[in-house]
Amino acid sequence: MVEHARKPAEDDPLNRVFSALADPIRRDMVARLSTADATVNELAEPYAVSLQAVSKHLKVLEDAGLVSRTRDAQRRPVHLEAKVLHLMTKWIERYQRQAEERYRRLDEVLRSMPDDDDLLDPPSRGETK
Amino acid sequence: MTTTTRETEIAADPTLPVIRITREFDAPPAKVFRAHTDPELLKQWLGPRGIDMKVDHYDCRTGGSYRFIHISDGEEHGFHGCFHDVRADELIVQTFTWEGLPDGVALERLAFEDLGNGRTRIVGTSLVDSFEARDAILVSGMDTGVREGYERLDELLAG
Repeated sequence: MVEHARKPAEDDPLNRVFSALADPIRRDMVARLSTADATVNELAEPYAVSLQAVSKHLKVLEDAGLVSRTRDAQRRPVHLEAKVLHLMTKWIERYQRQAEERYRRLDEVLRSMPDDDDLLDPPSRGETK
Repeated sequence: MTTTTRETEIAADPTLPVIRITREFDAPPAKVFRAHTDPELLKQWLGPRGIDMKVDHYDCRTGGSYRFIHISDGEEHGFHGCFHDVRADELIVQTFTWEGLPDGVALERLAFEDLGNGRTRIVGTSLVDSFEARDAILVSGMDTGVREGYERLDELLAG
């Protein structure tokens, strides 16, 4: 596991989601499940790995809360928990907001810099806030 | 809030451990480039809010190197790397290491596109060595909302 300024405990939910999605086969499974539910056999088809290996991957996704399987149905199709994925999108939005804040500071710096070339002054846009 | 039609765009590639950032500025490439290479200007915008940025050295030219330190609440975080390729007003290619994770290194490419009429688009691409590292970087950006995020995830997982 990667060490970082924030060191989440091994078993925290956020960490489980990211770890689950760190594997290319699992990411591919999630991508395929985003269009429709599928059985383990259907999921295993395109991969050159054993059914057991696919079941292990599924277990990791299940433990992370990314997928669920109905207990009663005969086929026991795997279902993607879209809400958890949506939360991932939210995290990226936060990162985006921080980057945007940084670049608004850069906007200010650019406005305060003297023009050192022959370009025309940009039209005044009123007070900056 | 200012009105803007050119908010920062972030893209996390599903097939490569890459983060791509795109943003447009009301300034010509020469100016935007200088704000990235002059340490005195860089200090004014690069560090997160509430963090002091100390520049050890910043030699932004092909073959040059840099090191800067973020200081917050007495804690120091160093960052360093070298400039692989610098083309005035066009391109900066550099490595980037957070010294808290000394073996980790990102390859960063920053392109300055002239949009005409004194405007510039920058496209920054950061390539790291694993999806885990990439995702950790994305998560690290959410200081303020982290607890809320955890709580909401807990709720979802419990539901």
